[in-house]
Amino acid sequence: MIDKKHIGRTTAPQTVDVEKGRLKFFAKAIGETDPVYTDEAAAAAAGYKALPAPPTFTFCLEMETNSLWDNIAAMGVPVGKILHGSQSFTYHAPIVAGDRITFVTKVSDIFDKKGGALEFIVEDSTATNQDGVLVAELQRVIVVRN
Amino acid sequence: MAQPNYADVNVGDQPIRLEAAPISRTTLALYGGASGDHNPMHIDIDYAKAAGENDVFAHGMLIMAYLGRSVTSWVPQSAVRSFSTKFTAITRVGETITVTGKVAEKMEADGEKRVRIELAAANEKGEPKGSGEAVVALA
Repeated sequence: MIDKKHIGRTTAPQTVDVEKGRLKFFAKAIGETDPVYTDEAAAAAAGYKALPAPPTFTFCLEMETNSLWDNIAAMGVPVGKILHGSQSFTYHAPIVAGDRITFVTKVSDIFDKKGGALEFIVEDSTATNQDGVLVAELQRVIVVRN
Repeated sequence: MAQPNYADVNVGDQPIRLEAAPISRTTLALYGGASGDHNPMHIDIDYAKAAGENDVFAHGMLIMAYLGRSVTSWVPQSAVRSFSTKFTAITRVGETITVTGKVAEKMEADGEKRVRIELAAANEKGEPKGSGEAVVALA
């Protein structure tokens, strides 16, 4: 069982770059063909100052901080036992290529079901851009299959 | 993009449908690289077998990305206020995911007209893989 002492574990702020090439690669990987995600002229016509990050790319940016892997390692959970249970985003402002996004991730809950056969790790993150604007809030639930 | 109007949208409407390409090992390799999620469970069959699986399987976030595409094919991303997905079953290599979405609620919040869309992802047999919802602002 994961020690509940990890509830409240909070990462130091970590800043990641939103890279244009990565955004184009991500669009290809998810089969996104809307030119707003790959063509800067189309993005500009849609009102963006640069290529926008698709809705779920915010999660990818947060993954760059390594908080997921650091947290499960600290909890003694093997990578091969985890599944992504759920993910949610609240969006406040666009994230676009060239932005620098700072994440802080907090373990907000750890609980179990089925007599400990399944454990759940709830992590909440904030994403703030280089201008100090809160651009998104994220929550992920990781399921540990014991 | 022709944008939907709040007045023209009704609870029960099903304005969203997206069929993604079948999931191949290439899909997973590209998604692993592009997403930055290098968990070997999704790209290395030797690792997956050692962990007790028969094969690699899809990243949950790949399925959520398809849900995201389905939403932004209906409204511009700038209209999306929140978006969530619960992953209910593992998606395997060879499966084809279809996302459908229906209008579940119309409401006003923060001075905006918004609708809540319920989303469902299923494979070619109709087996559910994930469910989600998105709240979008409409003019």
